[in-house]
Amino acid sequence: MTQIFAYIPFKNGVAEDVAMEFPEAAKKLDPNASLTAVVTGSGADVDTVATDMTKVYNEVIKIDNDALAYPNAEIVRKALLNVLPGDAIVMVPHNTFGMDLAPGLSVKMDSAYAADVVDIDGMDGTSLKLIRQELGGAVSTHVTCDAAAGAVLTIRPGAFAPVDGSASGSVVDKSGDAGDLTAKRAFLEVVEAEVGDVDITKSDVLVSIGRGIEDEDNIEVAQELADAMGAVVSCSRPIVDAKWLEKSRQVGTSGQTVKPKVYLAMGISGSFQHMGGIKGNPFIVAVNKNPKAPIFQVADVGIVEDILDFMPDLQEAIEEL
Amino acid sequence: MEILVCVKRVPDTAENEFELNAAGNDLDRDDLVYSVNEWDNYAVEEAIQIVDKVGGSVTVVTVGDDEAEEVLRREMAMGANAGVLLCDDAFEGSDGKGIAKILKAEIEKGSYDLILTGAQADEGAAQVGGMLAAMLDYPYASLVNKIQVDGDKVKVGREIEGGNQEMNEIHLPCVLSIQTGINEPRYVGIRGIRQVAKVEIPEKSAGDLGVDEASVGQAGAKSKRVDYFVPDMGDGAEMLEGSTEEIIEKLIEKLKAKGGL
Repeated sequence: MTQIFAYIPFKNGVAEDVAMEFPEAAKKLDPNASLTAVVTGSGADVDTVATDMTKVYNEVIKIDNDALAYPNAEIVRKALLNVLPGDAIVMVPHNTFGMDLAPGLSVKMDSAYAADVVDIDGMDGTSLKLIRQELGGAVSTHVTCDAAAGAVLTIRPGAFAPVDGSASGSVVDKSGDAGDLTAKRAFLEVVEAEVGDVDITKSDVLVSIGRGIEDEDNIEVAQELADAMGAVVSCSRPIVDAKWLEKSRQVGTSGQTVKPKVYLAMGISGSFQHMGGIKGNPFIVAVNKNPKAPIFQVADVGIVEDILDFMPDLQEAIEEL
Repeated sequence: MEILVCVKRVPDTAENEFELNAAGNDLDRDDLVYSVNEWDNYAVEEAIQIVDKVGGSVTVVTVGDDEAEEVLRREMAMGANAGVLLCDDAFEGSDGKGIAKILKAEIEKGSYDLILTGAQADEGAAQVGGMLAAMLDYPYASLVNKIQVDGDKVKVGREIEGGNQEMNEIHLPCVLSIQTGINEPRYVGIRGIRQVAKVEIPEKSAGDLGVDEASVGQAGAKSKRVDYFVPDMGDGAEMLEGSTEEIIEKLIEKLKAKGGL
């Protein structure tokens, strides 16, 4: 029988949403597979999360150790290697921790690896049939992954439907099996993001700009449109990388999570990291001169135009209202 | 400090509209514009800045075909001191682990204190750096947006969710994958490219590296891409068409209805 293990990420004693999405991914792989949650950490938090997970998973492995108080990928990897069977299929979230943990875990388990899985077409013998994306979401690919000797898969958060917590599983304490948990990398501290001059999370309407703005001087064009709408200017990652706007203006998993009513994506291609920062199902308007931009697949309304021409025209029309 | 930066030649997502070929199983590659992977530029810039501070040299390496040499030259024009091209028909179709194995063989022939990769490349897997570190038994950190060298250790910042930064201390030698935004990569002009046009770039095959051909390439890959496709995402966006004036009129009605005005 296929044995699947899901690594449960959590913060302050609460499991992240992806914990409810792994069961759907596992079911799509093999409806008859055994599915076990793995919760690593230290103290009260790990107990709370492990107990919570018994409502979702029939079996929950708990690994409690002071060395696991902060999820250091090198240490978590050692613990998992000592606890999981060598031919296991391990699911890890494709987030900043998963990217740190999963590639090396697959090497040490000598198993196959597939990253950022967005959908699953089942199994053919020991071959996993997976769907991924490449080139920033512009194209999708079918991927086969030979899991005869196990596999490590990172699962895109939000890509699989969450399940209801209707299980009544039990917690198995494997803390004693974790083994040597020393590491050549030491966690020091988390430096919190700086607070900017404008709080984009408080605005009901965002005029958000991406690469299509082309030049720092053009940001003014977006600002003038935002002013006419009573909106605030936010942006995607390349604008912050270029130091044209502050980090606090960035929407995305590595920036701010926003919940506006209306989101104008101006010259933004729409990577999943960017879309991951938009919650609350806003009305999304996408303007992009590339008709194949992935943003058009997720937006409510799409317009194929150059934002540098379109934004001043829209501003003028709004000011005439 | 001897630094190796692993780079890749990729289709440029900013310059291309990707289409499938007539058979519908691969990209139409005829007119694709290629460039160096965006993340790798930041890694090379960071390596150059570290060497400017503490001394040493920067080598850039790639696994690819003859055409991949152009990205090595570009990074040498930025300031990398040397380039190495790992090139063999047997490398074609390698999965992440295959690429990591090939790079590991080259790394073991040198003596590098620090190995940098881009955080991810065209396939969006973010895998090679972490695999390479595990194969070498070196410590690793991904998504690095700050590096401070301190003797035989480095203090590194990782970009984590919510714009926060996770600080770690790591023993050298180590592997770090570099996130965009860590620095501002310098501009490379035609002149810079010309200056390195004649520099010899050694080319190494599986035999030169002592890599078992069966363990890399299509033969050694456990993960294989079957085809490319454009997913059916349902209806997608309602596309507003017509003259700009008409589009704006329709858009304003919708914005009013949804609370945007």
